[in-house]
Amino acid sequence: MFKDRVAIVTGGTRGIGAAITTALTQAGAHVAAGYSKGKDSAEALAAKVREQGGSMSVHQGRIDDFNDCQRVVDEVLAQFGRVDFLVNNAGITADKTLRRMTSDDWRGVIDVNLSGAFNMTKAVLEHMIERGSGRVINISSVIGETGNVGQANYAASKAGLFGFTKSLALEMAQKGITANVVAPGFIGTEMVEAIPKAALDKVIEKIPQRRLGRPAEVARVVEFLLEDESAYITGAVYTVNGGLDM
Amino acid sequence: MNQGPLKGRVAIVTGGARGIGAAITKALTHDGARVVVIGLQADRDRTETLRASLNGTGSLLHFQEGNVAQFATCQAMVERVLAEHGKIDILVNNAGITKDRTVRKMTVEEWQAVLDVNLSGPFFMIKAVLDNMLANKYGRIVNISSVVGHTGNFGQANYAAAKSGLLGLTKTVALETARNGITVNAVAPGFTRTEMVAAMPQAAIDMAVSKTPGARLGEPSEIARVVRFLCDDNSGFITGAVYDVNGGMYM
Repeated sequence: MFKDRVAIVTGGTRGIGAAITTALTQAGAHVAAGYSKGKDSAEALAAKVREQGGSMSVHQGRIDDFNDCQRVVDEVLAQFGRVDFLVNNAGITADKTLRRMTSDDWRGVIDVNLSGAFNMTKAVLEHMIERGSGRVINISSVIGETGNVGQANYAASKAGLFGFTKSLALEMAQKGITANVVAPGFIGTEMVEAIPKAALDKVIEKIPQRRLGRPAEVARVVEFLLEDESAYITGAVYTVNGGLDM
Repeated sequence: MNQGPLKGRVAIVTGGARGIGAAITKALTHDGARVVVIGLQADRDRTETLRASLNGTGSLLHFQEGNVAQFATCQAMVERVLAEHGKIDILVNNAGITKDRTVRKMTVEEWQAVLDVNLSGPFFMIKAVLDNMLANKYGRIVNISSVVGHTGNFGQANYAAAKSGLLGLTKTVALETARNGITVNAVAPGFTRTEMVAAMPQAAIDMAVSKTPGARLGEPSEIARVVRFLCDDNSGFITGAVYDVNGGMYM
C-alpha cells in the first residue's frame, strides 16, 4: 500500500514508535526511524524489520535542536529521495508535582515533546510543499486532554501539540498536506511499565475497558491516517484510549 | 468471493441505501459483512440499485423497511434481523433528515421530527440490539454525527441539537458497555457530496465550502472508510471517540 513511500518516525525504535515503524514497513514504506539514545535496540529493530522483508534505516539525532533535525531530514532526503510521512512520536517524561518540578524538568520535556515536533515539521515542510503532498501525524496523549498529577510538563507538551497540529492543518489545507493528532491512552510500553505497580493499577481502574492498550492498536490508527484516501481528514484528533477521556 | 476481513459479521446500517449510508453499506459489504439496510419504502428500490453496483457482493445485501423514529418498529426490525441472521455485530446509526428553518420560524413539529429520527432513532436502535451484543460480548456501534453537531449552523437548531446529542449518547453507551467487548464511537463528517447537501441552496453550499480549509466537499466514500475502520475487530481499544472527517472545517 505504501510502496515507494518514505516515512520519518521520531522515537521510532521503541514503544509505540516501534509499532508504528513495524506497521509502516509491513505496508511497504521505507521508515527512517529517529532515536536519541539506544543504538543497540535501534539496530536490533532494524535487523528484525529487514528480516521480515521491510525497509528501515535508523538516524541518531537530537530532536530538541532544530539544526540537528534539519541535518537528519537532509540525510534522509539524500539517502531516500523523498519524505511522504512525518510521524512526530518521540517523547519523554520527567514526572514531578509542580511544587517540586524544576525549570529544567519543565523545559526538557517541552523541548523534546513539543518543540521537537515543530523542529522536525519545519525541517521537512518545504520539501512536502514543493511536492504538493504530505502527511504529518503528531502523537499526543490522553494526558494532553485531561492533565495528570505529576505531569504538568508532559500534559502541557501534549496539549500544545493540539494547537500546533491545528494551526499547521489550516496553513497546509490547500497544499495537499494533512496534519492530524493521534492521542493514545495508557499503552503497554516501557514508559507506562515504569509507573509503580500501585499507581498503574489505579490508572487501569480508571480506564472504562480496564486494560492497557497495545502499541499496535495505536499504530493502525496512524497508518490509517497516512493513507492517500484520508485526504479529507485534517486538523483532527483521533483518540485510542479504551474510553478514558469521557 | 466473500473472504474480506469482515466475513461472517452482520451489520445494520440505518439509512444505508443513499448518501453516506450507501457508501458505508458498500464499504462493509466490500469487506465481507452481511449488511441489512434499514430504510423507508422508497429505499427498497434504492437498495436494489445499490445491489446492482456491488461487484460480486450483492448477495450480502438485505433490506428491512421501517421508520427508526418508532421504538416498536426498531424492535420488530431487529427481531427479524436476528431471526434471519442470528446475531448483530455492527450497528451504524446513519439515518438522518433535515427540516431547516431559523428558530423563530421553526415549528414544534419540525423540531420534533428531526430529533425523533436523528437522535431518538439511534437510541431506539441501540436499545433494540444491545441485549444481543451483550450476550455475544461483541459489538461495534458507530453513530454518524456531523460537523454541525460541533459548530451549530444557521437554520439548523433541530439538526445541530440532534447531532450534538448523539455525541453525549455515544459516550454514555461507550461507558456503559466498555467491559463487554462493545465499542461505541461517533464519526462526524463535514459537508459531504450527498443529495442532502445538494438540496441546500447553492449560496449555502458555497458558504460551507468557503468555510472548509480544504476548500471542497467531502466524498461519501471518505466518510465510509472511517466507519469501516472503526467497525474492524482490531479497533477494540477505540471507544467513546469522535472521529472528525471534515477537511479541517472544525478543529
